[in-house]
Amino acid sequence: MSIETFIIVSVIKTVIALIVLLTAVAYSVWLERKVVGHIQNRWGPTRVGPFGLLQPLADGVKFLFKEDLTPPHVYKPLYIAAPMIAVTFALTSISVIPIGNWVTVGGIHTPLEITDVNIGLLIILGITSLGVYGVALAGWSSNSKYSLLGALRASAQMVSYEVALGLSLIGVLIMAGSFSLREIVDAQGGTFWGFIPRWNIFRGQIVAFFIYLMAAYAETNRIPFDLPEAETELVAGYHTEYSAMKFAMFFMAEYANMITVACLASLLFLGGWHGPIGGPAWLRAILPVFWFLLRVFGFLFVYIWVRGTLPRFRYDQLMAFGWKFLLPLAIANLVVTALIVALKS
Amino acid sequence: MHLILFLIFGVICVAGAVNLLVQRHPISSALSLIVVMGSLAAEYLLLGAEFVAAVQVIIYAGAIMVLFVFVIMLLNAGEEERTKGSRVALLFGIPGMLAGSVLMGWVLLEHSGTEAVAAGALPGPPKVIGWLLFHDFLLPFEVTSVLILIAIMGAVVLASRPESSQETRKEG
Repeated sequence: MSIETFIIVSVIKTVIALIVLLTAVAYSVWLERKVVGHIQNRWGPTRVGPFGLLQPLADGVKFLFKEDLTPPHVYKPLYIAAPMIAVTFALTSISVIPIGNWVTVGGIHTPLEITDVNIGLLIILGITSLGVYGVALAGWSSNSKYSLLGALRASAQMVSYEVALGLSLIGVLIMAGSFSLREIVDAQGGTFWGFIPRWNIFRGQIVAFFIYLMAAYAETNRIPFDLPEAETELVAGYHTEYSAMKFAMFFMAEYANMITVACLASLLFLGGWHGPIGGPAWLRAILPVFWFLLRVFGFLFVYIWVRGTLPRFRYDQLMAFGWKFLLPLAIANLVVTALIVALKS
Repeated sequence: MHLILFLIFGVICVAGAVNLLVQRHPISSALSLIVVMGSLAAEYLLLGAEFVAAVQVIIYAGAIMVLFVFVIMLLNAGEEERTKGSRVALLFGIPGMLAGSVLMGWVLLEHSGTEAVAAGALPGPPKVIGWLLFHDFLLPFEVTSVLILIAIMGAVVLASRPESSQETRKEG
């Protein structure tokens, strides 16, 4: 592939990925309002369009046309930069997530992701670990006690749970022997005895999956770990002083992070795009992507389900849970996995 | 292409380092340091050391600098006060720094191969680095981890208040 076609193909893929991701972000907000509404015996959005499907559009228009207030006494450069940092890192991590096999379109053979790198997982971890700056700087530059408390909580929580999150992934890495998300998915193909898929959760990584699940909820500041924005005590936490599009950027960052987490969970533990494939050629090409998106959707649904079900933790409970329960469990899981892999080989 | 990218990130790195010194606000200085770390990671990536680049971002930019920013936020450190600068620094510091950098440049040019190392010629993939760390350099690696453990224990000892002083405080 010449450098010109490479650039053109990359730009096209980036634009498509961005549009799809932003639409997915908008509609996961809609999905959340709808599902939580039904859990709480309400209807959720119904007025704008059929089933309230145009609600995200209306919300977007509202965010754009609201007055953009900048409170006095904020540290302006960082106050403006913080939401941009948050949303940039949240959207960037999608670039190395594969959503399917290689495809050939118009004579060009290309992977179904923006770029295929051999350290994809590390890049995602790096980008998400930088995302904490958006939150931390927002809280600090707002010059408000609620914002600062929220930001301190958020950064402490994200740094703490990142350890358990990283350790829960190492078991999967040992089994696949690679940092490449594509190779990790390829290692999960096939079945045991013809009917149990060889996904990582069925190959002994079920504990790691639940550690990942809980740590990921904390990383994305979602209920039951949404203390950084606990509205009963902190108004809205780190984004208290933000309005209009700047607030929307934090909102988008949160949902984009949720989608990244869901994609990673599907790739690492649930077999990625493996699933029954058959029928004509076009169906064979589309089905892997469909299976993958189905898993991501399921994961997002569980996210929302948990939000509608569980109350919020206390902050000391959150820290004790992270350091005294999740971390030792993750280390134990890692040791057992390493032992089994070493004994097998 | 590699050279252009190398120069771009080199300039960003140096600019970040200079900005770190010039900025008067601790948070701005910390952010400039993050820029330095990030551009260094990009340079490692250009050299084909993708694992080192990723670790640079995850550990330095993503964890250590978060703690820096965290501490600055907790202390609520204000703007630095400027001194007019000492005469000693002007007289000896700047010529000394220039002489040092010239010396270092000379040493690097004299005592290293003049050819640039090709991208990917040095160990880069995680597998190779893992093999080096856990096979060839196992003892230094483990000793370093013990060293870090000692540092952690030292921090715990320093941070915990001795029993007796707590009691005296209660009495007082």
